[in-house]
Amino acid sequence: MTLTRDQVRHVALLARLGLKDGEEDFYAEQLSRILEHIDRLSEVDTEAIPPTAQVVEVRNVMRDDEPRPSLPQEAAIANAPEADGGFLVVKPIQESDPG
Amino acid sequence: MSGALTSLTIAQMHDRLTRREVSAVELLDAHEERIDAVDGGIKAFLRLTPDLARGQAEAADRRLAAGDGVHALTGIPLAIKDVFCTQGVETTAGSRILAGFISPYDATVVARLRQAGAVFVGMTNCDEFAMGSSTENSGYWPTHNPWDPTRVPGGSSGGSAAAVAAGMAAFALGSDTGGSIRQPAALTGTVGFKATYGRVSRYGLIAFASSLDHVGPFTRSVDDCATVMATIAGHDPLDATCFDRPLDLDRVGAGIKGMRLGLPREYFEVAGMEEGVQRSVGDALEVLKEAGAELVEVSLPHTDYGLAAYYIVAPAECSSNLARFDGVKYGLHDPGAESLLANYLNTRREGFGPEVRRRLMLGTYALSSGYYDAYYLKAMKVRTLIKRDFDEAFARCDAIVSATSPTVAFKIGEKTGDPYAMYLCDVLTLGADLAGLPGLSVPTAAAGGLPVGLQVVSPQFREDLALQVGRAYEQASGITAEVARL
Repeated sequence: MTLTRDQVRHVALLARLGLKDGEEDFYAEQLSRILEHIDRLSEVDTEAIPPTAQVVEVRNVMRDDEPRPSLPQEAAIANAPEADGGFLVVKPIQESDPG
Repeated sequence: MSGALTSLTIAQMHDRLTRREVSAVELLDAHEERIDAVDGGIKAFLRLTPDLARGQAEAADRRLAAGDGVHALTGIPLAIKDVFCTQGVETTAGSRILAGFISPYDATVVARLRQAGAVFVGMTNCDEFAMGSSTENSGYWPTHNPWDPTRVPGGSSGGSAAAVAAGMAAFALGSDTGGSIRQPAALTGTVGFKATYGRVSRYGLIAFASSLDHVGPFTRSVDDCATVMATIAGHDPLDATCFDRPLDLDRVGAGIKGMRLGLPREYFEVAGMEEGVQRSVGDALEVLKEAGAELVEVSLPHTDYGLAAYYIVAPAECSSNLARFDGVKYGLHDPGAESLLANYLNTRREGFGPEVRRRLMLGTYALSSGYYDAYYLKAMKVRTLIKRDFDEAFARCDAIVSATSPTVAFKIGEKTGDPYAMYLCDVLTLGADLAGLPGLSVPTAAAGGLPVGLQVVSPQFREDLALQVGRAYEQASGITAEVARL
């Protein structure tokens, strides 16, 4: 599988990665080379093989949904680049109401 | 005097501490002196925590003086890989994106070691978000191998390995997702171990690939490794994958008479295997045989596909885990960004290094619409086959032995231009991660003055078997982890 510059641009946007100048070509070339090796997976017959997502048979670990001590709010947001009144600050994600 | 103190094992330090021949503060002083003298050339530490360490050493001395609640790790100097959240200490996963992040809480393993009275010397360098095999992908600087500073210490836990190999800490914490404890242990001549998936809590470990991430120690002996494991292992309600079974290490010293050790044909024929490594491991197998083990040939037929499966599964999982670094909750952000999306894009462009960006794109691609079946689902199926390979091999042997790394430590810069060549460093270690098996690396005879490691992999929940083989080798060969003269 070869990745084109357009695909790199698309995947980078999906991954929320800004690209620097020249990186589309750089990653298109490198990722294509890596995928070439990975494409060997298609040689393996996995028709009747179930997938493995994790390897220890721990299942559905539950706990009682009861309040317990947690990080105080100030500690939880102490590392935030921008906070206001106990909230994290983000840029608006909606245009202002046109009506 | 201080040189002697920084070459001791944990057990030897503990012995001197409890007999009050040395104090925890003196032990810390010796290690700080050693760091001052050699870390300028090794660069194992990203940051030291001298005030924290001093307070812990003084508290350890009070505990030792009272003779009350003394643990085998009380007063013992510890280096922590920069991926373990450590309360009140900057913890960055070797990444610029987390520069300045002061962890508000302790990872469970850090909390357990704090409680045991270990002395936290500092946070060690690693490949950014533990992605790499040489520590050259650190967002800060490369770490140098104490045995030859022109070479890498391996990775991703290269700083932790180098700290132990250079006598800057008695033991260190690492994480192993594809070999990131065992491979640097091999390249620095230290003992490195990761247990069964889920044996040690990952709560507070900055996540890379959650179905593959393991926590474990670097030490200078197998007994020390068992001591640390007994302290950090065990059920933790804060990590839902952490199981509740006792870790029984009583038989670690029992020897290997009559034990069957499997030699996977594919691991001995792997491409790029250096002659010096082959010879050193061949000699080690002779030692194991003389110590009473029976060597049997086994096969792991899907070995060749492990690397490909790994480089889908791990990037896919990291592309999801690293979504949290968004420039909003912590770490780097772009104050001038005109929109939320621009903040994401700019923060992650500036904050992540090239290897992390490469894997995020690879993982996102593998999970994206139209490619999921061909890549991610396929890789998960191949993972099943790899796990079955091990199950079948363990029907014929008690543990599997091989080289840990096909090569000795390579030159800094030698593989940085070719990501796939770097990925090949983990070809012998990543199977145990995909299958969630205990894996140990112990030093064998050096090749051309550079350390070589013997890997021992045992069945799930049977950490004791891997450690038993490693300890028997250590005893029979007389080869133990040494501190590099610098």
